[in-house]
Amino acid sequence: MTTATAEQRAGFFNRLANPTRFMGLADAILPWLTGLAAVLLAIGLYMAFFTAPPDYQQGHTVKIMFIHVPFAWLAMMGYAIITVSSIGSLVWRHPMADVAAKTAAPIGACFTFLALVTGMLWGKPMWGTYWVWDARLTSVLILFFLYLGLMAMWQAIEDASRAGRAAAILAIVGSVNLPVIKFSVDWWNTLHQPASVVKLGGPAIHPSILVPLLVMAAAFTCLFFVLHLTAMKTEVLKRRVQALRMTRVDAASGASK
Amino acid sequence: MIAAFRTLVARDLRLALREGGAISTALGFYLIVVSILPLGLGPDLNLLARIAPGVLWVALLLAALLSVDRIFHDDHADGTLELIALGPLPLELVAAAKALAHWIAIGVPLTLAAPVLALLLNLPTNAFGALLLTMITGTPAISFLGSIGAALTLGLRRGGLLLALLILPLYVPVLVFGVSAVNAVITGPAPFLPSWAILCAITLATLVLAPLAAAAALRLNLQ
Repeated sequence: MTTATAEQRAGFFNRLANPTRFMGLADAILPWLTGLAAVLLAIGLYMAFFTAPPDYQQGHTVKIMFIHVPFAWLAMMGYAIITVSSIGSLVWRHPMADVAAKTAAPIGACFTFLALVTGMLWGKPMWGTYWVWDARLTSVLILFFLYLGLMAMWQAIEDASRAGRAAAILAIVGSVNLPVIKFSVDWWNTLHQPASVVKLGGPAIHPSILVPLLVMAAAFTCLFFVLHLTAMKTEVLKRRVQALRMTRVDAASGASK
Repeated sequence: MIAAFRTLVARDLRLALREGGAISTALGFYLIVVSILPLGLGPDLNLLARIAPGVLWVALLLAALLSVDRIFHDDHADGTLELIALGPLPLELVAAAKALAHWIAIGVPLTLAAPVLALLLNLPTNAFGALLLTMITGTPAISFLGSIGAALTLGLRRGGLLLALLILPLYVPVLVFGVSAVNAVITGPAPFLPSWAILCAITLATLVLAPLAAAAALRLNLQ
């Protein structure tokens, strides 16, 4: 009875600190999450191509929005995940927080890159230019550089826990960019469209376009977590292989003495 | 504690003065970059006048970036940094003192060199005051943000390149507002004060927050 309540009191994140338990949980969740992502993606793409109406000005090119906006939202969410994991790593020394932050960086960088590229492909027909140095595009480009900096930081330091703490400090310093990205279209006169979904007074988009957008966003979120959990599992296994190699080398050198 | 802070700043300044190499390198680099750009872009004075604020600020950032590596490097290499860390001053104030010394030794001379180099770029005469003012208020942010990068890359072999990759994204707001403040005086309908006020706000925020991050990174790298 006492152990049961102690276990309950240990809390969700404390229980996840055990890598084996995390692997078990990830193994249980992943098939369902992959299925959910596939289903939502199928529904979202169907709605985007067939149900959503073309824009009165842009025609069908407006449908790039259904991948561009989710990519952008996920890029920011990825960095938010890294920031929270970094705080968990520095403040609570949570063992899986390092792994979460390290593996989220390349995935987030890809999503940011794809957001920028799909934005550029949308900008050419809509604005007449692939790129403009306005506040939104510049701050997302800075986000991309911050992701690259984090990946470089992980590469540069060999000791995993030191690399984790250094990257955590860097991630927290860079997190000041997130509110700048969100509010850049309000604070500055930008070519990029102002906030239309997450703003005071509710979304300014018609439901026939808003619903496919939210479905695609949910699909992409599931996709992000599938990729992230898989990467975390891989990282844990990599560290186990590394530890086993070390023990083997240690045993060999010990035996040869 | 104030006395310890002052002693540390004074010591760093004395060392910087005696060594002398870093400041001459930074000034020389500043001069060379500002000179090379017109050679690449062509001698059209109107063009140069339009891009002068941006060029002067970017070259200042690059010159400062070359020098921030040495904020902690020399002391870490001979073990002095560990002794200082064990001393009466909290590590946050150590980081702040060293960043402050870096600003006085390198940021201020670069700022004073800027109007001279602005002559090479045909900067309009009414902008010289704004240039000096924005740079003197922006260079502390550059030194303090640089101290974060220097602390994070302490002891790494090719730390200099990584330092540039880490710090340049953080420098972008300083650059954007510094240049926009100077441009406001030259061209504009846009007033000088808002951009400059935001630049000052960024500098003040970095003065307080950067030592926290730098000290955390130092604690990590000193253990």
